[in-house]
Amino acid sequence: MKSLLATLALTTALTLPGLAMARPVTLTTTLNNYGGDGAYIALYVTDPSGAYAGSLWMAGGKSKYYEHLGDWYRATAGDTAQINGITGASVGSGRTLEITLDLADALFDAGYTLHIDAAVEDMRDSPNEVAVPLTTDGAGTQTRGRRYIANFTYDM
Amino acid sequence: MIRVLHRWPGLLAAAFLIILTLSGAALSVFPAAERLSAPQAETGLSVATLASRIQTAYPGVEQIRRSPSGQITAYWFVDGAPGAAVIDPATGQGAGSADPNQVERWLTNLHRSLFLGDGGRIVMAFGAAAMLVLAVSGSVLVARRAGGWRRWFAPMRGPLSGRLHVEIARVAVLGLALSSVTALWMSASTFELIPETTSAPAFPSVVSGQTDVPVNSIDLLQQTPVAELRDLNFPYPGDATDAFTLKTDLGTGYLDQGTGATLSWADLTGWERVSETIYMLHTGQGAAFLGVVLGLMALGVPVLGVTGGLIWLAARRSRPRIKGNQPAGKAETVVLVGSEGGSTWGFAATLHQALSEAGQTVHVAPMSTFDPSRHIKAQRFVILAATYGDGDAPETAKGFLERLISLGTVPAVPIAVLGFGDRSYPDFCGFAKQVAAEAETLGWDMLLPFDTIDRQSPQDFARWGRLLGQALGIELEMVHQPVLPATQTLTLVSRRDYGAEMQEPTAILRFALPRVTLWQRLTGQGFARFEAGDLLGILPIGSAIPRLYSLASDRRDGFVEIVVKRHPSGLCSSQLTQLAPGDTAEGYVVRNPGFKPGRGRTPLILIGAGTGIGPLAGFVRGNKSNRPIHLFFGMRHPQNDFFYGQDLANWQAEGRLTRLDTAVSRAANPQYVQDVLRAEGAEVARLIREGARVMVCGGRGMAAGVADALTDILKPIGLTPLALKAEGRYVEDVY
Repeated sequence: MKSLLATLALTTALTLPGLAMARPVTLTTTLNNYGGDGAYIALYVTDPSGAYAGSLWMAGGKSKYYEHLGDWYRATAGDTAQINGITGASVGSGRTLEITLDLADALFDAGYTLHIDAAVEDMRDSPNEVAVPLTTDGAGTQTRGRRYIANFTYDM
Repeated sequence: MIRVLHRWPGLLAAAFLIILTLSGAALSVFPAAERLSAPQAETGLSVATLASRIQTAYPGVEQIRRSPSGQITAYWFVDGAPGAAVIDPATGQGAGSADPNQVERWLTNLHRSLFLGDGGRIVMAFGAAAMLVLAVSGSVLVARRAGGWRRWFAPMRGPLSGRLHVEIARVAVLGLALSSVTALWMSASTFELIPETTSAPAFPSVVSGQTDVPVNSIDLLQQTPVAELRDLNFPYPGDATDAFTLKTDLGTGYLDQGTGATLSWADLTGWERVSETIYMLHTGQGAAFLGVVLGLMALGVPVLGVTGGLIWLAARRSRPRIKGNQPAGKAETVVLVGSEGGSTWGFAATLHQALSEAGQTVHVAPMSTFDPSRHIKAQRFVILAATYGDGDAPETAKGFLERLISLGTVPAVPIAVLGFGDRSYPDFCGFAKQVAAEAETLGWDMLLPFDTIDRQSPQDFARWGRLLGQALGIELEMVHQPVLPATQTLTLVSRRDYGAEMQEPTAILRFALPRVTLWQRLTGQGFARFEAGDLLGILPIGSAIPRLYSLASDRRDGFVEIVVKRHPSGLCSSQLTQLAPGDTAEGYVVRNPGFKPGRGRTPLILIGAGTGIGPLAGFVRGNKSNRPIHLFFGMRHPQNDFFYGQDLANWQAEGRLTRLDTAVSRAANPQYVQDVLRAEGAEVARLIREGARVMVCGGRGMAAGVADALTDILKPIGLTPLALKAEGRYVEDVY
């Protein structure tokens, strides 16, 4: 397990393209009409002990705002190497962010949790908007966010 | 060069800058409004007490924020629903909505990115850079125009648009420079061109594991005044591994939720302080008053943009457009023009056309821009130069001789100098002669011998053109059509007649002010702007050549006044002296900037004879500040030509004229004005020692006599008329 995690950390994301041990997963995040500028959103995974395991996606391009994604920033110390190649535009109020990536099988039903932090300029930061355990049974189940996220699902 | 750096960024960026500054000015109001409306914390209130009050009111509180304006906002989570409010620190209760202001959001996005994302941010950053270039180049131009950096606030003259442009710019420029520098810094930071360092300490690896310390018992929160608070985050309910996060003006730290102990702390880095200061200086958040001042200064930019455009248009129009003018670096023939009123440009255009048709590449430019290093392809230089006053450089040739002398060497290719003037003046083509002489002294090859054109004669010009053609080995036939100045119709409203006794009829003619268009007003053209001492050009019926008369009135007087003496064979003067009220003449204004009393309180010594009294009377009439004026006036006989006799007495009674000395030449004891001047020599010397300015207007003989008299008067105090002239304290308008 340890060595697998090390590999995961090295590839920066928990995605292993082309490996038999991975499967495509679609992550769908729909935002409320909160009436502000585009939201910065970080999707990342923690291990069964609650420690940061790796990032899945960063919506928002300017690193100077990352500190407002409090938990992600605390876990990574703002290290942009964690999100190399998995960064996109911020997500507007009421819009949906849909990303598909190959996630390692080992992450499912093993106590890993997917977290989402969100932040909007001139509005309050919202770390840990969503925290859902990664299980094969939980796929397709909608989860409500605390402030900016209307619902989140992952589908396999 | 500086002017180019000012003109093009200004014209190109004007539209963006107007959007930038209007939105910036509107945004500057918000921090001030927030500062005024936010309930402020009492002095000495600690974060512990504030947090405790808020927690009592909102048990699910998660975060407390204090904005630089002092406004405190709390965010909480109750029964799965988020809530937020602006807090009254005295009670901890909500006092207003914490929703962001949508207007401010909209303006902010317009201001920084035109709603176009990163592309828009780059455009606006270039706008800020253009504004900085404009501020710096504009400052240099203002200093140059005012006569030095120390004279930054010296009064300005000129057309309305030019004055407005400078008056606004010299107040606003500091704010605009500050706003643009800070904007560029913030843009660089957004695009990660400036390293971002953060002082946030690492999250503590060990916490006590206990929870529920009363917030008002935490030491650090008790010691921290609300005035220093930025942000206090409460731990997640039910997560014993979490901690309080406190951000203040000093730094960031984590506090244990069980013991209240400070687990880790990091001070703000110097770099962060710099960034924050720049953010404050740009947005006015935390410096609301400065923000409003910067906003007001930004409001000047739309006016600067419009007046700047008008100045550029007016300058373009004042000079004939030369079709197909080649760039300076490509032309084989470089034609340099020294012109005062603009008529010499017409000749330059004719020459340009004829040479271009003969297959030459020609560049025409003002003499003042002369710089041999720019003309790398030049095979010859041609100088067309008028003269201003007594052999001085005309407007577009200022600095030419000085630059030529300072260069020390001359181009290897030859030069031809052609002077433009009026042979009836003694120093005919004086400036052009000086240029030719200096060129010869420096060993500059002459393509053609020095030549002259008398009174814009097309025949003279055609003859010279043939000589130039021979020198170049081409046929050159030039047909010059003089460009007539744009005149306006003047209607005579009144006339006062003199001189009938001695058969030299003279009249003070007063015309109504012609209608001035808004365009003329803004650009100071036509009759929109004139002062006593400027000239009125009159185009007589049946002649294409105008005659010039000194103006005896200022625009503010509300009329156009001249003194005209009828010459026996004078076409123009006989037409003018026959006008009856209601009759009209065609005229235009010619600026005469060298013959002005200037501002200030130093005494004026005005010396004039005959019709030369005109502008001097105008100066006295306009002397509402009662500056000391000593007028010497020479006439033939008080019954004959004592122009403005009654007015002068009235003005003296009102204090506009300090003293009047008259000389009468047709009397038992004939005296000329220079004789009276000598008799008053001691007083004149005293006034000049005090800094007085001497202005002489009248015939040439009189002016020469006055110069002689002044030489004798000034000798005892170690001065000469020449030295005064060099200082601009001795000026003449002679005819």
